[in-house]
Amino acid sequence: MIPAPFLEIAVLTWGLILLMVDAFAGKTDRRGVAIAGILGLLVVLAASFFLTPPTPAAASGFWSFYTADPLAIFFKRFALVTTILVLVMAIDYAPAIRMGVPAANPHAGLGEFFTLPIFTCVGLMWMASAIDFVMIFVSLELVTMSFYVLVSFTRRNPATLEAGVKYLILSALSTGFLVYGITWIFGVTGETNLTQIGTVLATQEIDKIPLLFGIALVLVALGFKIAAVPFQIWVPDVYQGAPTPVTAFLSVGSKAAGFVVLLRVLTPFLMLPQVGRLLVGVAALTLIYGNFAALPQSNLKRLLAYSSIAHAGYLLIGVVTFSGAAVAYYLVAYLLMTLLCFAVLVVVGNSGGSDQIEDFAGLAKRSPFLAFAMLIGMISLAGVPFTAGFLGKFFIFDAAIRQHQTMLVVIGVITVGCGFYYYLKVVRAMYWLTPPADSQPVPLSALSRLTMTLLIAAIFVLGVYPQPILNALDQPAARATISMFR
Amino acid sequence: MLLFIVFAPLVTALLILLGAPARLTALLGAAATAVAALAGLFLYDAARGGFQFVSSFPISESWRLQFLLGADGLSLLMLFLAALVLLCAVWFTPPIEKSERLFYACLLFLASGAIGAFASLDLFFFYAFHELALIPTFLLIGIWGSGNRFAAAWKVTIYLGIGSFVLLLGLILLYRSVPPELRSFDLRALQAAAAGGGITLRAQSQIFFLLLIGFGVLISLFPFHTWAPEAYASAPAPAAMLHAGVLKKFGLYGLLRVALPLLPDGAHHWNTLLIVLLLGNIIYVGLVTLAQKRLDWMLGYSSVMHMGYIFLGIASANVIGLNGAAVLMFAHGISIALLFALAGEIRRRTGTLVLSDLGGLGKVMPFAGFAFGVATFAAIGLPGFANFAAEVMVFFGAFRVGADWQGFHLLQTATLLALWGVVISAVYMLRAYRSIFMGEINDRWKNLPDLSRTLRLPIILLVAATLVVGFFPNTTLRVLRPTFPAPVAAAHP
Repeated sequence: MIPAPFLEIAVLTWGLILLMVDAFAGKTDRRGVAIAGILGLLVVLAASFFLTPPTPAAASGFWSFYTADPLAIFFKRFALVTTILVLVMAIDYAPAIRMGVPAANPHAGLGEFFTLPIFTCVGLMWMASAIDFVMIFVSLELVTMSFYVLVSFTRRNPATLEAGVKYLILSALSTGFLVYGITWIFGVTGETNLTQIGTVLATQEIDKIPLLFGIALVLVALGFKIAAVPFQIWVPDVYQGAPTPVTAFLSVGSKAAGFVVLLRVLTPFLMLPQVGRLLVGVAALTLIYGNFAALPQSNLKRLLAYSSIAHAGYLLIGVVTFSGAAVAYYLVAYLLMTLLCFAVLVVVGNSGGSDQIEDFAGLAKRSPFLAFAMLIGMISLAGVPFTAGFLGKFFIFDAAIRQHQTMLVVIGVITVGCGFYYYLKVVRAMYWLTPPADSQPVPLSALSRLTMTLLIAAIFVLGVYPQPILNALDQPAARATISMFR
Repeated sequence: MLLFIVFAPLVTALLILLGAPARLTALLGAAATAVAALAGLFLYDAARGGFQFVSSFPISESWRLQFLLGADGLSLLMLFLAALVLLCAVWFTPPIEKSERLFYACLLFLASGAIGAFASLDLFFFYAFHELALIPTFLLIGIWGSGNRFAAAWKVTIYLGIGSFVLLLGLILLYRSVPPELRSFDLRALQAAAAGGGITLRAQSQIFFLLLIGFGVLISLFPFHTWAPEAYASAPAPAAMLHAGVLKKFGLYGLLRVALPLLPDGAHHWNTLLIVLLLGNIIYVGLVTLAQKRLDWMLGYSSVMHMGYIFLGIASANVIGLNGAAVLMFAHGISIALLFALAGEIRRRTGTLVLSDLGGLGKVMPFAGFAFGVATFAAIGLPGFANFAAEVMVFFGAFRVGADWQGFHLLQTATLLALWGVVISAVYMLRAYRSIFMGEINDRWKNLPDLSRTLRLPIILLVAATLVVGFFPNTTLRVLRPTFPAPVAAAHP
């Protein structure tokens, strides 16, 4: 039996060791670092199933800003799985890194590119457990710092530099909003711990206006993390410019962490009707903007960027309707299908193509397996039954209907129709169009093929049998946490 | 039994994708499915009634969700229709130049979507199976279609995608409208809950409206019908056969199976709207069909138009009308599949389906001409064909509503108007027959070969099916009787 905080400590130590190994490795092939990272994370993932159950009464000292409830454990595993998959993609992406980093040593930079995601992972895992604003802020910064480096990693590419600068400035700005919001909330309630804030709100007469102002500021910062309208402006450019594995990491890891924090932060404030109304508006705008702006895109990375905004909209419906289980399931489905799409994109993009949708023309002829993988990813994103993406939408719509959010439901149905158009645009390119005459099959490593097969299998299995995910969040101890979101 | 019927086409499709010889495997799989479905029709114990061949596999405890198969007479009739049309569609598939495997696999997936939906007793899987057909349709039209195939493929996919999400909302609402302790996707449990008055009037009318629109889009109910002719005109013939003949029946099946029995008061509330829309199907679309200059578009519109009669049977909601609607679903499925198959063969030989370019083909293709004539008579509803038996029942059923009512009930007026639809369809079908097979033959078509011997068998199968039901409608009514034991209290004013 292992206490929960040891997971983060293990990951952090392993990341530091790998960084040292990289520093003294000279000219050996750095892919070993990535493999070691993957194996280490797999061990931690396995260890996460042997945790000491949390002692319920211990809410002081360390445990007043760190929790190990089922929601936290669930998202720790989520972060680990995401990071493992991103590292697999990063191995495939290594040639592009070599070209993008100016150095005499052909292996320069690769080691860092493989270890930085591990540090991001630590931040994500801490964030899942954070129940104190200070802890939330610190872990959020750990995640953001490593992303600053990762986003602008291939620095020979001007688009990447542009993405890096945009991400740096806007992210720093949003962090400013977060701190400012926290100070207002602290000023009103005298607490930074979320549970304590909830108690203060329930028991004492406090001035609502400065409190709401503080929450609004915090929501600005979190809206930036989850790419909700109107804080989505950075998304398309950064997603397009960043190295593809980093884009995948941003769109899954960063967003999931944002939603966990959102669920936790909102818990004490749910009794305020203003917050609910604000979120309904944000969800509606996010759905409309993300889906409609995705319609004309011709670059696959940009398309996935807008689609990630769109999915933030569906997830926000889940948040508005307090259905933590629906949000968690949707995030898992989103992880599987988005990472599958990005994995195919990395492989196809490496073999000479760019990220334009036209470069996928006739992929079904050149590499039927890759085309099939992309097909599954796309129809799952669009929400076709028997895939995890459909069940995710099913749970979300069910929650919305249960809470009588008619407007969100109507907007949701219309935007799902948009989704069918822009996701199938990729399918159209792969299956309808003929490949260019000089095209060759896309080479695919055994590791990537295995990963993609697993992802496809997971999409189908969870699409028919969602019970494992629902169970993970439905243990008796979890009820207390989840019931707050219901 | 049902497990075999549902999974045989799916497994066949997977085998083909994995490398089994495409055409042969598809034929064998489809034939096995058809035989099993026919056997099911005979093995169904009509005296006992209810759902038989039930098998269930639990999926989710907290949602009371299970993979639940079961069939009664209506489902079995539809399953047989699906399997028979699938067999003929595979048989009629001409040699495919690009990606033969994918073509057959798509065809089988399309059919298994419909088959799975007909065999499911659980509303979740009922819905999910139907959606399984969406992507194969997109690929079939986009890759192997003709004409303006890209636009058609987009249109059908987006229409059906949105329509089915509206339907999904209706089904979720239905699930939520039942008291929590009865909540389930199990159709039998829902029926019991509805019979006990578990669904409030307000909820019924809301849900029925959503279901009517959702299913209506899939059936091509009047204002939502524009996807259908375009898609059928562009789709390759086997895909059009399956989609128009079988998949479109899913929506009607849903109305008969879910909407009407569970929400009788909702049906009552919206009956006037349904009658107005179905008249749009029969009269307006009928006139549009008259104006068509191409055979494929004409057949597409005619299939939209004939949906109006089935809606009429559903709107009547009495025993005769509902039985008639069910038989008409079967009859229309057979006749439209036959017509699309022949149209595909004509296009393959001549390269055109513009009516004014064709003519005199009866001289060089006597068998095709004969088959087309039979299909034409079936589609018009001449006595002896299944369509006649069914349409008579529908008209009788619809006219009977309010027979003891002073003055004319709206449905009786509608029936009188709908009768004119028969004339309209006779005009356009016979005109098409004349301009294709009669008259002077164009020199270009002098050397066209007739249908090959191997293609005659599926035609004979389809014609035999429609004749058997036409002369002996009791063969189907025997199994249908337990499904519609009593009138649904919907149409009465």
